[in-house]
Amino acid sequence: MSKDATPLLKVSGLCKRFGSVQALSDVSFELRAGEIHSLLGENGAGKSTTIKCITGVHRPESGTVELNGREIAPRSPREAELSGIGTVYQEVNLLPNLSVLENIVLGRVKTGALGRIDWKDARRRAKAALGKLEMDIDLEARLSSLPVAMQQLVALARALEVDSKVLILDEPTASLDEAEVENLFRVMNLLRDKGIGIIFITHFLDQVFRMSDRMTVLRNGRYIVTRDAKGLSKQDLLQDMLGKAFEEMQSRGAALDAIAEDRAGRATQLQVRSLGAPGKIDSLELELREGEVVGLAGLLGSGRTECARLIFGVDKATAGSLELKGKQVKQGVPSESIREGIMLASEDRKAEGIFPHLTVRENMMIALQSRRGALNPVSREEQDAIAEKYIKAMRIKTSGPEAKIKELSGGNQQKVLLARWLAAEPKVLILDEPTRGIDIGARAEIEKLIESLSEDGLSMIMISSEMDEEVRCCHRVLVLRDRKVIGELRGSAITESAIVRKIADHE
Amino acid sequence: MKISLRSNPLYATIGVLASLFAVASFSYEGFFSLRVIANLFTDSSFLGVTALGMTVVILSKGIDLSVGSVIGFTTILVAYLVQDAGVSVPVAWGIALVVGVLFGAAMGALIVVYDLPSFLVTLGGLFFAKGMGFVISSSSIGIQNEFYDAVVGIQIQVGPGAYLGAGALAFILFFVFCLYLLKWTRFGRYVYAVGGNEDSARLMGLPVDRVKIGVYAFNGFCSAFAGILTTLYMGSGNPLTGVGMELDAIAAVVIGGTLLTGGIGGATGTLLGVLTFAVIQTILNFDGRFKPAFLRIAIAALLLGFILTQRALARGKE
Amino acid sequence: MSKAMEATVSKKSLRDNPLVWPLAGLALVVAFNLVTGPEFFSVSVRDGHLYGNLVDIFSQGARVMLLALGMTLVIATGGVDLSVGAVMAIGGALCATLVTQLGYGLYLALPLTLLMAGALGFFNGAMVVAGRIQPIIATLILMVAGRGVALLITDSDVVKIQDPAFLYLGKGYILGVPFSLWLVAAVFTVMALLIRKTALGLLIEAVGDNEHASRFSGIEAGRLKLIVYAVCGALAGMAGVLDAASVSAADPMRVGELKELDAIFAVVIGGTALTGGRFLLFGSILGAILLQALTLTLYNAGVPAAVAPVPKAIVIVGVCLLQSDRFRKQISNIIKIGGKAS
Repeated sequence: MSKDATPLLKVSGLCKRFGSVQALSDVSFELRAGEIHSLLGENGAGKSTTIKCITGVHRPESGTVELNGREIAPRSPREAELSGIGTVYQEVNLLPNLSVLENIVLGRVKTGALGRIDWKDARRRAKAALGKLEMDIDLEARLSSLPVAMQQLVALARALEVDSKVLILDEPTASLDEAEVENLFRVMNLLRDKGIGIIFITHFLDQVFRMSDRMTVLRNGRYIVTRDAKGLSKQDLLQDMLGKAFEEMQSRGAALDAIAEDRAGRATQLQVRSLGAPGKIDSLELELREGEVVGLAGLLGSGRTECARLIFGVDKATAGSLELKGKQVKQGVPSESIREGIMLASEDRKAEGIFPHLTVRENMMIALQSRRGALNPVSREEQDAIAEKYIKAMRIKTSGPEAKIKELSGGNQQKVLLARWLAAEPKVLILDEPTRGIDIGARAEIEKLIESLSEDGLSMIMISSEMDEEVRCCHRVLVLRDRKVIGELRGSAITESAIVRKIADHE
Repeated sequence: MKISLRSNPLYATIGVLASLFAVASFSYEGFFSLRVIANLFTDSSFLGVTALGMTVVILSKGIDLSVGSVIGFTTILVAYLVQDAGVSVPVAWGIALVVGVLFGAAMGALIVVYDLPSFLVTLGGLFFAKGMGFVISSSSIGIQNEFYDAVVGIQIQVGPGAYLGAGALAFILFFVFCLYLLKWTRFGRYVYAVGGNEDSARLMGLPVDRVKIGVYAFNGFCSAFAGILTTLYMGSGNPLTGVGMELDAIAAVVIGGTLLTGGIGGATGTLLGVLTFAVIQTILNFDGRFKPAFLRIAIAALLLGFILTQRALARGKE
Repeated sequence: MSKAMEATVSKKSLRDNPLVWPLAGLALVVAFNLVTGPEFFSVSVRDGHLYGNLVDIFSQGARVMLLALGMTLVIATGGVDLSVGAVMAIGGALCATLVTQLGYGLYLALPLTLLMAGALGFFNGAMVVAGRIQPIIATLILMVAGRGVALLITDSDVVKIQDPAFLYLGKGYILGVPFSLWLVAAVFTVMALLIRKTALGLLIEAVGDNEHASRFSGIEAGRLKLIVYAVCGALAGMAGVLDAASVSAADPMRVGELKELDAIFAVVIGGTALTGGRFLLFGSILGAILLQALTLTLYNAGVPAAVAPVPKAIVIVGVCLLQSDRFRKQISNIIKIGGKAS
């Protein structure tokens, strides 16, 4: 490994804000030639924003990116590519309808007389690029006929064809099987040995430990630390990522034990029996009591959100069943789930939540409306009452119930969506990242709301990447890892350190 | 590579065309002849050129509804220039082609610069060209011109009683040109790239906007060209010609295996699609029992079959 | 209607109201006619019936209004129906054949026709919902086939209509007002009530606004779309019957030709975005009126009917541009620069 004085890539003091949200503040790190450098952090830590600033998708407000000691400020991914920074994404950004050959060389082919493309030269160059990966892929094969793993290698070859010195691999292993991962790692090692610097992003900690020379942790848009992989324990790394010294974590102690005890003694609201689907979650068992709040904890990609989607039924399960109050519920039909009273406040507010051009009032009453059926309209008085009640109760900042929801800030949109579900009178409410993108004040309000809803007997399943939030809100926590439930914590035993220990220690 | 529908949707088109032709050959005396085959090309020359242009548009994931009207406009423009304005034929043709290209490029620019749906812009183009045709003349203008007669007189004998006329030759040459354009030039490959995934194409640094404008300009050229071929075929210009031609062209393209979702397909398929169209038409001519109405229904049935197959294949892949 | 009125009243900014554009267009047409020939507006009474350009605009526009009402719902769900012109041809041909050739009474022939047209619409919907085919492509099939089917029904003939009840649909008057207008008014009222007094309208808007989110909110988008396409088909069938009745003949080649484009035009001008979501039934009616008024004005101004598509094209591209963010920005920049200069 070379230890040159000038690092291959030097990122210093990156700052980027989107509207009122400070996505990055003062992020700096260095990438050496011939190293694999992992970039770590939970959702919203700023990994992808950092990458996008380096590759010219976003332009930072301040801060610099230096390549081989020369400052670069790419205005597009194309410019970044030309200056020597190649990127390979989890979802391959290539052309599925064209051949492997074209995907490697298109945009850089030579032409002769009559604009005729010199395919011979193109083929030679594509072969050379694949050769650097020690791969032999049929150049004429249509890209879409290849498995994702191969497509990624093609993307790598495209990056190498322009002589990239820096390669960014953004979640490259997320949709690969074991053998494919092994092959990718082999190629990564090969490239490292050739002196290429690789920035590696993944949420699989095992892979981080296995592949990285060094790792940089980001949290809430800030640079936390860069560490050498050698001699680092998982526990320490998790601590960096999650940002707490867990030993100090307080618990509500005995009071919480009493509540947990009380809830455990109540009637069963929802019984989930061996619910599962391949690639989502293996056989989930869950008994949810009236008024109980159960958290699903685990790192990104552990299967938390998948659980929520299966219970609500936006994804179809291949096995298992659901019972609400002892009555079988049809799985896989969201409208049915809502009619029965199982509702999901999705983590993806924009795609799966809001109706941007509809009003705040309409966004709030729509679930109630679809629960009642189209021919049984919620009267205007009732709608106004709902809107007024929740705007007041949740202190939603809006010019009024008739404002379009897209005009509201993210946090206020989130509150409107919570109001949507509460107005529909759920029996079981699944909250997936209910406080994402919300300021601290509103966060506390939502936590308080969860507590009082629980006192009113509403059963909830909660998912949050802010572990302390689950610690504060939940009576019971299921810990997930690799799409399996690997442990359970109850009452005062729920602490961040306990959760982290379970995630880290397992196997 | 395995020969399967998935690897090459062209096989389906070839199958349909071959079986239609075979059944017709056995059913009708005199169907299986070079003369009939040569006539397939002659009769479908202007549809062929139109469909080749539409192929390029659809490959880029666009649509152009204006082609029928542009054809009608071109026929009357050419007839007017040659007959009433006394312009020489080559100049008149040149003017018509330039107008077609400019018109297409203007629509393309609106689509690209203002990010408007191609569907609506070309719908506007349809109305515009349709009306402008009537501005030139509201009735048919016959073309009496020596040059025209000479061009119409060009024929190549390909067999006993079988001739390829000027229109058919132009169609075949243009097909070869499109084949080259799509397979061997940057523009052609970029059209596929844009149709495959516009965002990726942009990330890969391809000149997406220029390609898209070029596509509509090229299609404007094709429509004007088809209009000129129509004047050769009919010996007159009429603003009413070409009504509904966009539908026939789209149908021929889809039957030829080009996916309406863009990026997959090509000129060869379209040639086969156009010939399928022509074979059905010829069968209807041979057999008095079928009413002309069956042409549309048969085409629609084929269209339905192909779209459902494409959809099923796409879903199988997901 | 109530929704439209409410929007006019409650909105602070006039520019945001989608009804402004068709109304402004109409105002322009009216102003033009006031200047060039105020006799345009004269309405006289002959044989107890109203006559005049204004009446013509409404009675000739009735068919496009019916189409536009159905099309509005389809576009609101984020779709489009290209087959309405073809379905019109089928509707006219079927009803005329049933009555004239087969001797059915209109009371039987009309419901049968509407049922058939509704079924065709349902077929479109099924292609979109179950087949998951883009609406433009799915409805293209029927657009291609429809005229052939109409030709088959009439045996490739133009069917002459003599049945007085049938003709009344196109030529009759009630209280001096053409029957077709009463019909449009009735259809509009029923639809507006159904849509706004139940939650159907809101659910349709939700589907068009964010189909993915509508699933998470428990809305059965597929079922709604099937209904909407079926309604659009039935209304197209009705428009075809009116068309045939007004010219006393069902011509399978000519009925409804390019009418799908007029309908889409009316909807887009009327303030419903082609991308779906919020819709305005009343806006589409205004759009259809504007279209007809424009045609008639040009005709009166001596522009041949055949050239009328040119201004139509300019209007439609103009409206598209007005809805484009980039164009708005450019315009406001020009205005700013102009303001600074002066």
